[in-house]
Amino acid sequence: MSTTAPTFLQSTLLVSNREITVRLRSKAFLISTGILLLAVLASIVIGSIVSANAEPAKIAVQRSVINALPDLPQFARTDVDTRAEAEKLVRSGAVEAAIVSNSSVSKLGITVIARDSPPAAVVAAVSVTPDVVVLEPSKQNPLLIYIVSLGFGIVFFLSAVTFGSTIAQSVVEEKATRVVEILMSAIPVRTLLAGKVLGNSILAFGQIALIAILSGVGLLVTGQSALLGALGPSISWFIVFFAFGFVLLAALFAAAASLVSRQEDMASVTSPVTTLVMVPYLLVILFNDNPIVLGIMSYVPFSAPVGMPMRIFLGTAQWWEPLLSLAILLVSTAFVIVIGARIYENAVLRMGGRVKLREALAR
Amino acid sequence: MLQVDRVTKTYGGRTALSEVSFGVGEGRITGFVGANGAGKTTAMRIILGVLSADSGMVSLGGSALTASDRRIFGYMPEERGLYPKMKVGEQISYFGRLHGMTARDASASTASLLERLDLAARSNDTVDSLSLGNQQRAQIAAALVHKPEVLVLDEPFSGLDPLGVDSVLTVLRDAASDGAPVLFSSHQLDLVERLCDDLVIIANGEIRASGSRGQLQQEYGRDRYELDVDGDLGWLREAPGVTVIDFDGGHALFETADAAVAQSVLKRAVADGAVQRFGPRHPSLAQIFREVIQ
Repeated sequence: MSTTAPTFLQSTLLVSNREITVRLRSKAFLISTGILLLAVLASIVIGSIVSANAEPAKIAVQRSVINALPDLPQFARTDVDTRAEAEKLVRSGAVEAAIVSNSSVSKLGITVIARDSPPAAVVAAVSVTPDVVVLEPSKQNPLLIYIVSLGFGIVFFLSAVTFGSTIAQSVVEEKATRVVEILMSAIPVRTLLAGKVLGNSILAFGQIALIAILSGVGLLVTGQSALLGALGPSISWFIVFFAFGFVLLAALFAAAASLVSRQEDMASVTSPVTTLVMVPYLLVILFNDNPIVLGIMSYVPFSAPVGMPMRIFLGTAQWWEPLLSLAILLVSTAFVIVIGARIYENAVLRMGGRVKLREALAR
Repeated sequence: MLQVDRVTKTYGGRTALSEVSFGVGEGRITGFVGANGAGKTTAMRIILGVLSADSGMVSLGGSALTASDRRIFGYMPEERGLYPKMKVGEQISYFGRLHGMTARDASASTASLLERLDLAARSNDTVDSLSLGNQQRAQIAAALVHKPEVLVLDEPFSGLDPLGVDSVLTVLRDAASDGAPVLFSSHQLDLVERLCDDLVIIANGEIRASGSRGQLQQEYGRDRYELDVDGDLGWLREAPGVTVIDFDGGHALFETADAAVAQSVLKRAVADGAVQRFGPRHPSLAQIFREVIQ
């Protein structure tokens, strides 16, 4: 025979290539990726429309008090002569609030009229404000922090679970259809595992990169370049962390799935891993303003892909911190791959019932 | 020569194989027979390197097998399976590439193999859309796509229709006549008897007998003779030194340790009337098998 033995790399690439091809041909995968990308795009476009169309709130002001008021450039002003006229505009909804004179009641000599609830913005604008000094100003607006943490959390969670269960399914499929024995007779088991992890990691990484590029372009096109400047570094780190963090998760998903022989049993063995993925997602949403929790998260391998970019966004991470955390992540990924490969190697030929973890770890 | 040498394998205290040794000669078709759970599949998996032995070794041409030697092996596992949602042609050529073929060689080999197996028209169909018989053929193609020089087939005939059996038979004979060692296991002793040159019989993880079919028949065959005459053979029961095994009027199967006694029986029969048939009867494989595994 004229063939030469394929190298580890060649066989790994063959396996990963198959994983990717099969996935890219699956209509369900293409549709769900399309929906995800559309959702990202839509949220950026809607965000920009909402902020661009924030027209100045309309208010009515009685002519006799105009001179007593400070400048109100943030409002569109309609001048009226009487209080009755002002009230009529408020009731009809033509203006949100009205400012009329009232020398008897108020110290300021004015009354603010609104239809159903006190208009906070108008009240604040005409109120006397004490001098305020903020000692440690937050670099980002709290709402933005929440949205960004939600974004990182959801993207991490969705991609990790989607591609994690893809790799788990592919492992169980080979076991359930017994094709794994033919594969094992052709290439070493580690090659098979490496190819699966690589293929699915490339897919997951590609999806994340696509989302990142789409967000960047979307923000630029809709003229939100300031936000892009604030988000850019943390998105870049997110991609780097996700790339390695996903390899770790993929090895865990593959090892867990190799313990069972039927698709029906898959959920029971992969649910601990899914929980591990869910924890950083919940933590970052609940504790995105808690520096201690975020600090710990940014170093624990599972949550670092979410925790560290979040701290970079908040500006609380020193320049060396992402590098240190990345090193920790790399070491733990290597460790998990070794353990995962051992479980996979020991369990993948055992058909029938669920293989006990202890047996799968034994040499 | 593919040689298995003192291979032992235990699963958590249970011995699956104990000091198993046998050889498969070049160009020889070797049947591997044994009851369920005797250790056939374990032995074959160890030959392929899918499982590792606790001790002992497998060698080809005198040197221990390495992973890269094994790429010239064609293997058909007992547990059949292919990727159900993958196209037949694509899948077969994927297996060829995993064994180290270039993309072009793999697809050329796939095309000619599917042609030979009458599957060419289904090349672009997914495996799960094929009938069971055609799935079996695809499975055979997967074992042969890389033009293996050693064949190890675990129960290659199970689940095959008669046409499928014939095409596998042809494949095995072709491979052996090209000089490949061929090892196959089977429960169907009549097929083994028809096909194999050599036999290995395993029971409870131990090799009970091995050798060429003729050797085994001699070794385990009692001296049995068959006799058919037109008259009645009732007198045979009283003949000295003869044990009658089967008797029906003019037909008898008898056993005797002495060839001269058999000849004297024949003379008496000829003296009595017309003899239609007389000759030694070789034990069937099933008989040897039953005797050996006891």
